[in-house]
Amino acid sequence: MTKEQYVDSFVELIRRASTELPPDVVAALEQSVGKEEKGSLAESALNTILDNVELAKERVAPICQDTGTPVAWVSYPQGASTRLLQAALEEAVRKATELNYLRPNAVDSVTGKNTGDGSGRGIPHVHFREWDDQAVEVRLMLKGGGCENVGIQYKLPDSRLGAGRDLEGVRRVVLDSVVQAQGKGCAPGVLGVAVGGDRVSGFEESKCQLLRPLADRNTDAELAELEERLLREGNELGIGPMGFGGETTLLGVKIGVLDRLPASYFVTISYMCWADRRAGVRIENGGDPQWLS
Amino acid sequence: MAELKLPVDEKTIREIRVGANLELSGRMITGRDAAHKWLIEECREEILPYLEGTVIYHCGPVVRQNPDGSYTFVAAGPTTSIREEPYQADVIGQYGLRGVIGKGGMGQKTLDGLGKHGALYLHAVGGAAQVLARAVKRVENVFMLEEFGVPEALWVIEVEKFPVMVTMDSHGGSLHDEVEKKSEQELERLLAVS
Repeated sequence: MTKEQYVDSFVELIRRASTELPPDVVAALEQSVGKEEKGSLAESALNTILDNVELAKERVAPICQDTGTPVAWVSYPQGASTRLLQAALEEAVRKATELNYLRPNAVDSVTGKNTGDGSGRGIPHVHFREWDDQAVEVRLMLKGGGCENVGIQYKLPDSRLGAGRDLEGVRRVVLDSVVQAQGKGCAPGVLGVAVGGDRVSGFEESKCQLLRPLADRNTDAELAELEERLLREGNELGIGPMGFGGETTLLGVKIGVLDRLPASYFVTISYMCWADRRAGVRIENGGDPQWLS
Repeated sequence: MAELKLPVDEKTIREIRVGANLELSGRMITGRDAAHKWLIEECREEILPYLEGTVIYHCGPVVRQNPDGSYTFVAAGPTTSIREEPYQADVIGQYGLRGVIGKGGMGQKTLDGLGKHGALYLHAVGGAAQVLARAVKRVENVFMLEEFGVPEALWVIEVEKFPVMVTMDSHGGSLHDEVEKKSEQELERLLAVS
């Protein structure tokens, strides 16, 4: 595979992520409409969201104008060059920006000047891992700024919330994070939660959890139960779509666990907006790219 | 859904309350972080006619330049408004704005400003970039494009049936305060059990 071949596939991957919402997210939004009171602002917001999803696909244009930070998880076979894959992803981001699939979204933090081409220091953000498979697989997420701003990391115990170092403590801080976010993360959202780890690995794992399909059930029975309970209780908070009040505040909760130091107990929450843009591609040497949902 | 023509007078604005669904038609201007700082720190005469009596839209659009030099809004949803909280009430007062469009609501200072000057906070659906871009019929002018870049520039646009919800009004009403209080009570209830 040449760099150019990778670039072409990655531009298409970005186009799919930016303009087509994953089917499970669309289905969850459709189901939510019926739960809201007829004529309410919540119902109206959800209908606008669904119109928008359809229109974006039809126009091949970004679902949201904040096309987010492109975050990619790349699995590669032994011997593949991560430098080449990184360069191809950066090139693809620039091309996708030229094509208006992405907004020029990288700003120099010191001068305040927009780089203009969508790429910048740390943008796109790429995670690499070698695997036994002979294919390259890329999972891409476009993580918007509004929802990134409401992400939060708690340090347990937390006396304000009566949260100790156990799963009940996790439940308490996660619910608090939803109240703090209100509608600002563009509710209804999906929560990626990491229990444990350090300040960096916690956020990384919380984002990784957001790659799971909404219907994916945690393999750990205790965590699966907590995920379901938090989804139910999160919706009982009544924040609703856009924070207008209503029945639909969350579309999903996904929890991952990392080991921790005896001294630390972090609970890290990444909030993903309703425009839960994720897409995947699998590229085998010499073969056509396979698109993953 | 009621239609509201822009520019608009104070009396009309004061008759509108929280909970109303509106469709805006007429001229408005976009402005976000850099724009608000600029509007306060360097009051610019030439921009006055574009703000008076209309609304400022917290939006960083994706914009395409056409072969004839004109511009088209490709994607144009709202950005989070609270970042403009330090500036908003003063920008409304100084430039005679009748409203703000954004998402997530704003704080007490802005709410007081809406009451004092007669203006509304209008919530657009966050992320609905295509539905909202479709309502933008024409780009009339742009300020500070070179200096601020596409998302932060001040775009003067003509809209038709641009959908918004009134979530803060000129009588001290704020849907955001109501929802926040209620959710805090619910949280208390959920934390009372383990």
